[in-house]
Amino acid sequence: MKNILLVSRREYLSRVRKKSFVIMTLLGPFLVALFYGAIIWLALSDSQDNEERNILVLDESGIFSEGIESASNFHYFVNPADTQSSSYFGTLMIPSDFNLDHPDGARYLSSESLNIIQQNAIENQLEKTIKAQKLVRAGLRKATLDSLQTHVNINAAKLDGDTIKEDSSAVNAGAGMIGAFLIYLFIFLYGVQVMKGVAEEKSNRIVEVIISSVKPFDLMMGKIVGIALVGLTQIFVWIVLSGILMAVITPMIASGQVGEIQSAAQNMEHPMAQIQQQGGALSALFQLDFVSLILSFLFYFITGYLLYSAMFAAIASAVDAETDTQQFMFPITIPLIFSMAIAQSLVIKDPNGELATWLSMIPFTSPIVMMVRIPFGVESWQLILSMLFMIFGFIAVTWLASRIYRVGILMYGKKPTYKELLRWMTYKG
Amino acid sequence: MLKVESVSKHYAGKTALNNVSLEAHTGKIYGLLGPNGAGKTSLIRIITCITAPDSGSVYFNNEKMQSRLIREIGYLPEERGLYRKMTVSDQALYFGQLKGMAKSSCLEQMDFWFERLDMQSWRKKKLEELSKGMQQKVQFVLTVLHQPKLIILDEPFSGFDPINAELIKTEVMRLRDEGASILLSTHRMESVEELCDDISLINQGEVVLQGAVKEVRQKYKKSAYMIAYEGNLPAEMRGIQSMNHHQRRDGVIETTMFPEAGASLTDILQMVSSHVHLLEYREMLPSIKDIFIQLVGKSA
Repeated sequence: MKNILLVSRREYLSRVRKKSFVIMTLLGPFLVALFYGAIIWLALSDSQDNEERNILVLDESGIFSEGIESASNFHYFVNPADTQSSSYFGTLMIPSDFNLDHPDGARYLSSESLNIIQQNAIENQLEKTIKAQKLVRAGLRKATLDSLQTHVNINAAKLDGDTIKEDSSAVNAGAGMIGAFLIYLFIFLYGVQVMKGVAEEKSNRIVEVIISSVKPFDLMMGKIVGIALVGLTQIFVWIVLSGILMAVITPMIASGQVGEIQSAAQNMEHPMAQIQQQGGALSALFQLDFVSLILSFLFYFITGYLLYSAMFAAIASAVDAETDTQQFMFPITIPLIFSMAIAQSLVIKDPNGELATWLSMIPFTSPIVMMVRIPFGVESWQLILSMLFMIFGFIAVTWLASRIYRVGILMYGKKPTYKELLRWMTYKG
Repeated sequence: MLKVESVSKHYAGKTALNNVSLEAHTGKIYGLLGPNGAGKTSLIRIITCITAPDSGSVYFNNEKMQSRLIREIGYLPEERGLYRKMTVSDQALYFGQLKGMAKSSCLEQMDFWFERLDMQSWRKKKLEELSKGMQQKVQFVLTVLHQPKLIILDEPFSGFDPINAELIKTEVMRLRDEGASILLSTHRMESVEELCDDISLINQGEVVLQGAVKEVRQKYKKSAYMIAYEGNLPAEMRGIQSMNHHQRRDGVIETTMFPEAGASLTDILQMVSSHVHLLEYREMLPSIKDIFIQLVGKSA
């Protein structure tokens, strides 16, 4: 045990003292914030397209003779006197055979092509006009029509014992996916570091010197634990820095958002519903159980990392050069990649379905799948069972990996086959 | 001190060691000699508990060898290697502590050895900044830093220039005189002959010869004598089977004589002195290498 501590301390200090680590750890959250900031800024600047545009409508059918209502900054001019004005953004041509039952053949011409949102806006406006005329034809009056317009927004809430919690599946999915993705990323990031470290010790022939003082298992565990601590340090610093960043940025975004909502409300038919929905998402975000989310994140991160990095260590020990690891890397990482792919589609759509439940029990896939499920609410017995399986899985895999490792680190020469790896597990001593 | 009893080890159809036994004593240097691939490293790995034997056992101070006792061993493997990006003193501290040393005694020993081998200025240097010979020296210091009772050196002199090889040799003998028992493994038999008290010759996993160096050489001597003299000897002499002559640059002639069985050395010397001016004579003992070639050649 003392040796595991000594080894992990060396692994930890030698990595944490590196300049690249310090820079990455301190800059990481800023880079991420910058990245997301840029995306949000781009998205906002795009939606803030307030330019007014005039559309010339050449209507040969007469359907739009009463005009088309302006919407989404588009103003429609049906068969105006002046058709040559250069102030038109584009021309909409309605053929003579265009009628209410077969509204086909409309063409839009302009020097500047429409984007999807703009095209949708124009189509919507035409559809709306046609619909209104159809209703009139069917004998309905506009007042009756307006009274038929209904807007419903379900305010989803989760029942947790006796208390009701605001719930939003989008927020849940987002929180789960972020957690799962971080686990996925960290397992690869730090697992590869374990692999590199083992490969370095083997190719530099350090291993035989150490192995005469430390048991192979201690050396392997020390390395894995040391690098895990490096990862946790990084995560901890990132959480703290992100917290500070959030505290600084949130008020800025929030004040910006209020303005957004207000300006949006002016154009919306149901501003209150919209605001309520946004408020619901926000309160759902704040009502997420961050403590249990972070705790289960840490659990699945640590155990998932331990499980996979033990396998990475075994692989690196079996080959002579780091470049030879590829062949063995792939089959090992398949469950990880698979669960990430599954998480994105199936788990979010059906987080408590049969497949999701099973995958969240299998130690190779559970760190990611369970992480996605947790924000949606997982029954305690499932969570406990999954965690128990995870612990047993990690112990079993680490034990098997250490059997390969202790033989592998002293073997030089040819690259072993899978059969040989299996045989190594049964070697004596 | 160290006792290896009928140790055998097989790897996937190949016999690495077959029923090997040996005993190394305190304050002595034990030579484990044999060509590459003879099984020396396999045996060392079993002694240091890196691998387990298929059968047989190893005893250390009459106690069955176990990982707890490995701390008493200092092992310099044939394949050297240290952390390239770590400083010399960090490295020494790390390996010392892995051997169970307290930090303070680790630093004490570092001072002693760095001073002794003139390495003080390297302390803060990373290993990759040192030359290969310097790295070897660092590795030797790390091997003996924790004052082990048993020091196992696998090809200790490879990679050293003659001056440093001599320096290390002196240190090894000093450690022996201070009571450590030393197991020295090499395929270059001539380089350690004068160092070792006892030897085992290993070939293809089996001990082909074992014993104190003096006795081994006595046992395998062909009772030949070398005489150096000025003058001329008759072509044939009574009691002498055959002779080989060789003239040295200074005009002195060296002759190897093979006396007939039962001939007395005193008689022969008297006879020789009556013919020539005798300068030197000694009994010719075979080198360990000669014996090895003789033995292995026979079996092959």
